[in-house]
Amino acid sequence: MEITGRGSDAAHATGWGLLTAGVVVLGILLGSRGLKDFDTALVPYAGATIFAAFGLGYRHAMWLRRPPTRLYWRRGWQLFFTPRRLPSNLARLGERLWSNFVVQRFIFRRGALRWAAHWWIFWGCLLAAAVTFPLSFGWVRFETARDSQALYQAFVFGIPVFRFPLDSWIAPLVFQVLDVSAAMVLVGLGFALWRRARDRGALAVQQSSDLIPLVLLFTVCVTGILLTVSTHFVRGFHYEFLSQFHAVSVIFTLVYLPFGKFFHIFQRPAQLSISFYKDAGAAGPQAACARCGQPFASALHAGDLKTVEEALSIRYAAAGAHYQEFCPACRRKMLAITQDGIWRAAGRPRPERP
Amino acid sequence: MSELAFFIDHSRCIGCRSCVQACEECDTHKGVSMIHLETVERADSVQTAPQVCMHCVEPICARVCPADAIKQTPDGVTQSSLKPRCIGCSNCVLACPFGVPKYQAAIDQMMKCDYCYDRTSVGKRPMCATVCPSQALAFTTIEEIGRTRRGRPIRRWVFGDEVVETKVYVMVPEAVEEVRLDLVALSSKAEPAPAPPRAPHERFDVAALLEEEPVHGR
Repeated sequence: MEITGRGSDAAHATGWGLLTAGVVVLGILLGSRGLKDFDTALVPYAGATIFAAFGLGYRHAMWLRRPPTRLYWRRGWQLFFTPRRLPSNLARLGERLWSNFVVQRFIFRRGALRWAAHWWIFWGCLLAAAVTFPLSFGWVRFETARDSQALYQAFVFGIPVFRFPLDSWIAPLVFQVLDVSAAMVLVGLGFALWRRARDRGALAVQQSSDLIPLVLLFTVCVTGILLTVSTHFVRGFHYEFLSQFHAVSVIFTLVYLPFGKFFHIFQRPAQLSISFYKDAGAAGPQAACARCGQPFASALHAGDLKTVEEALSIRYAAAGAHYQEFCPACRRKMLAITQDGIWRAAGRPRPERP
Repeated sequence: MSELAFFIDHSRCIGCRSCVQACEECDTHKGVSMIHLETVERADSVQTAPQVCMHCVEPICARVCPADAIKQTPDGVTQSSLKPRCIGCSNCVLACPFGVPKYQAAIDQMMKCDYCYDRTSVGKRPMCATVCPSQALAFTTIEEIGRTRRGRPIRRWVFGDEVVETKVYVMVPEAVEEVRLDLVALSSKAEPAPAPPRAPHERFDVAALLEEEPVHGR
């Protein structure tokens, strides 16, 4: 499999960035019926999203230029769509989406507090994204029903989908859905900051880049909730300042999306791909260690790793042997045996000083 | 006096497993030991070998990581994989020349010795070197090692044709400049015909075993 990209990395990635941004622009144009449903008040948000799309396309393409990433990206798709494996893969996909993404079981096993933080932030952000992107793209809009002032009508892609009375229980839920999502994110941020302030392991290794996303999300959520507070409880006190502050914080978050810690959102699906890769490896022949003879990995994985190492100029191959063919335990033993041999070859040691 | 560094002297290891227990106390991987303690050939020898992460200058684990999840600190310590990024592929586990990273299936993440970063970043010694009674694992200055040990510390390794420089030192005789693994001699292909089984009293006669010619491979 060819895993070394041709041509300039930057040019390749720029192309993908432009294409991704172009798809978003096209989506806005088509979804808003030629900007007919586009809300010009939300232009800064749509603009920042287009930039974020460019950044995401660029960074993802750059990421895929790395030989190991490129190999597993291709191998993942190839193995998933192997006709013989497709039905079982689809069944497992559903189970793994539930386990890894909906309930995030693997994060729970890493720590309950970490899971609580991630789960609330994840679902809060997802709910907010499901509302704000379609709104700022002009895909969804609301207006008072033409036949009644007491009814509100929702349109999706210009098609009326449902209406609700303004005095019904559903109305405040629709109008305040972003406050709900902000509250969810704030709960998660509380858990995250609590953990980061108290866990000695986290304190030792965390960097400012771990805190930036938390600060950004906190600013977005608090300014968003304050807009509601300003409207309903303090007669619009500093509403204009708050709305601009909120817009700036959202735009910063969108611009930061491709280049910081948030990028893991777009890397994470690779975990699914690897799980199918492991399934295929386990079902096939296994690689046996050149020293102990025991199987230590799938032959598929061991072979692919050799390809990756070659592409990265890692020269484990030597005349008559390849270091990749030894299992990790034998590598450790070989290191000890080699050093032992070096000392023996050097002759009887002189006594050490106390 | 130069800064503190990590030194391994396999010949001093007595296999007490103190390092294995102490490693679990590290705050960055609480309850999970990251050090390896190999019994090289349990039936024939009492030789044991501790293996911590050698903290390569250009870590191969990071180079083969498809998720770009393994990072170095500015002071050259290779950290465990980043939790948000690691996709649990085990490339690092299989590619590490020292056989160090461990894949934790339950949490779908690679973890490894991180030089007890919670301690060393604030000037303390790593847990394993702190408790090692024979100082096979030592965290001290290069001057102190030179003053108290035979041989000299080196940090250059050759695997196949790959040259690896590490942050962690290993003690070797004075004339040696690098540790080069003879892969052909160490593989089972080069294994001599098995010796006839020894009588029980001979199998565990360590003094006699040490006088024998070195046996490669097994």
